[in-house]
Amino acid sequence: MNPLLFWFFAAMMLAFGVSVVLNRNPVASALSLVVSFLCLAALYVGLDAYFIGAIQVIVYAGAVMVLFLFIIMLLDLGAEQRRKFNKVALVGGSAVALGFAAQLVGVLGKFPMGNKPFPELKLPPGESLNDLQHVGETLFSVHTLPFQVIGVLILVATIGVIVISKRELK
Amino acid sequence: MTLTLNHYLLVSGLLFTIGFAGVMLRRNIITIFMCLELMLNAANLSLVAFSRFNVGPDGLPNFNAQVLVFFIITVAAAEVAVGLAIIVALYRARQTTHVEDISSLKF
Repeated sequence: MNPLLFWFFAAMMLAFGVSVVLNRNPVASALSLVVSFLCLAALYVGLDAYFIGAIQVIVYAGAVMVLFLFIIMLLDLGAEQRRKFNKVALVGGSAVALGFAAQLVGVLGKFPMGNKPFPELKLPPGESLNDLQHVGETLFSVHTLPFQVIGVLILVATIGVIVISKRELK
Repeated sequence: MTLTLNHYLLVSGLLFTIGFAGVMLRRNIITIFMCLELMLNAANLSLVAFSRFNVGPDGLPNFNAQVLVFFIITVAAAEVAVGLAIIVALYRARQTTHVEDISSLKF
């Protein structure tokens, strides 16, 4: 991937991620999250993971975020009114997040493997990477059982959602 | 300058940090939920970077990592559906999405 493109999309992704946290209006947060996910999909495409990039756009930026916006508008949530800040949570949360970022930089600085550039893919001449075929073959040959378990999980989630939304909570 | 694995891991870690800070600092339950999604996606980004970095003897990326990302996205979609249903049920019972107003399970 062109380094300029990488830095552009990474900076966009992080900037809109910060905007998710800082916006008071949930609708603005959700729309920032959509842009952040689209930039993430661009990073996936830059890593030659075209299928993952496509399902990132379809499932996350499409289905999941539409669900979020639907619920926000269904509940008619406006901008949050300002409340007194809980100082312990504010200081503690920022300290833990900053400590995590500092640790991350320290660990990555001592990770010599990570300083190598990405190896080139060896493809037959004139062919491009057919990653959908390879992901599909791996999914249905090596990981068949987890795939079926995921199917059951989605069924359970569907039934659970119906039960939760139907019952009268008192 | 060529891109290395560390660049991707750094960006992924920063995205995770942003999501984590959001979970700790925000008080609106829907925003907290969106920050959780941000953290899941940060993990996905590092998985895809490792997949591309680990080129096997056949000259192709390691597709096991991409299958794991596929599973994570599926589970995250199911999680969003259940979580938003819980939030709607909670809102019907309490008329609030502010976490400090929902403290009946708090010790």
